[in-house]
Amino acid sequence: MPGLLAKKLGMTNIFSEDGKIVPVTVLEVGPCNVYAIKSKERDGYEAVQLGFGEKKEKRTSKPQLDYYKKHGLKIPQTVKEFRNFDASQYKIGDELKTDIFEVGDKVKVSGKSKGKGFQGVMRRHNFGGVGGTTHGQSDRLRAPGSIGSSSYPSRVFKGQRMAGRMGFDNVTAPNLKVVKIIAEKNIIMVKGAVPGSINSIVAINKK
Amino acid sequence: MDKLNELTKEQLRTDFPAFKTGDHIRVHVRVIEGDKERIQPFEGDVISIRGAGLNKTFTVRKIASGVGVERIFSYNSPKLAKVEMVREGKVRRAKLFYLRELSGKAARIKDKNQK
Repeated sequence: MPGLLAKKLGMTNIFSEDGKIVPVTVLEVGPCNVYAIKSKERDGYEAVQLGFGEKKEKRTSKPQLDYYKKHGLKIPQTVKEFRNFDASQYKIGDELKTDIFEVGDKVKVSGKSKGKGFQGVMRRHNFGGVGGTTHGQSDRLRAPGSIGSSSYPSRVFKGQRMAGRMGFDNVTAPNLKVVKIIAEKNIIMVKGAVPGSINSIVAINKK
Repeated sequence: MDKLNELTKEQLRTDFPAFKTGDHIRVHVRVIEGDKERIQPFEGDVISIRGAGLNKTFTVRKIASGVGVERIFSYNSPKLAKVEMVREGKVRRAKLFYLRELSGKAARIKDKNQK
């Protein structure tokens, strides 16, 4: 049950065979290379680390650069570990392409959601706001309300939901169906939306 | 965006006659009933064309037994078997929504090729 790294290219529609419009996200998948292998004997678990994309040499730390040069690998933009691989089948440098997916497969796609900046409690935590503008109240429509009691506990509990930075979280979109694969362009299309902005890197895991 | 357009290019329909707003057309729609497929025509005036590329749609309006019926078609849908041009209309607007307020003789569209 393998997976791959991909770049989100954006969304569009395609027509299904029965003429229905299917909303799809277009992902540029791989080709990914195997950058490291973790084995049960050495690391206690099995995993494969995949690298995707390219970046400049001067943006890479020297220890990493040495590692890539030693194995003859190109400098990746992102490296991510996949636990669901059968690690013994792979060796460092192996290339993985779209052919691990088939049309109709269910995949889960995880990535970093779009950053929303500093947001109030209504947008960030779906609070309802405080009442209306009657009884002399005029400026508390989007306020959080009470955040605790006074004499006891006389403090605000940890984890109290408040305004703050929203977005740029790890988000997984489960159960997306692979609708179309264009192998020669390394592109797959999955039905529905995928977390992250255009050009962000997402991980696709096969169910 | 260009990359995406490139990928969906093959789905664009190029086999229809170039019709414009105000034209009277006949749209042949594939209808699936049970396991049989038949073709159902829908004839009327084009009152709106909107969108571009894959998202292009057009609206056809006709009067069926005294009631105005409008249908919005996706231009690139494989459900459309063919589009026939019946008559070219002469109109001065891109959207003919004013026709909804009119009825009878006033709701006619002038024929472009008739003096």
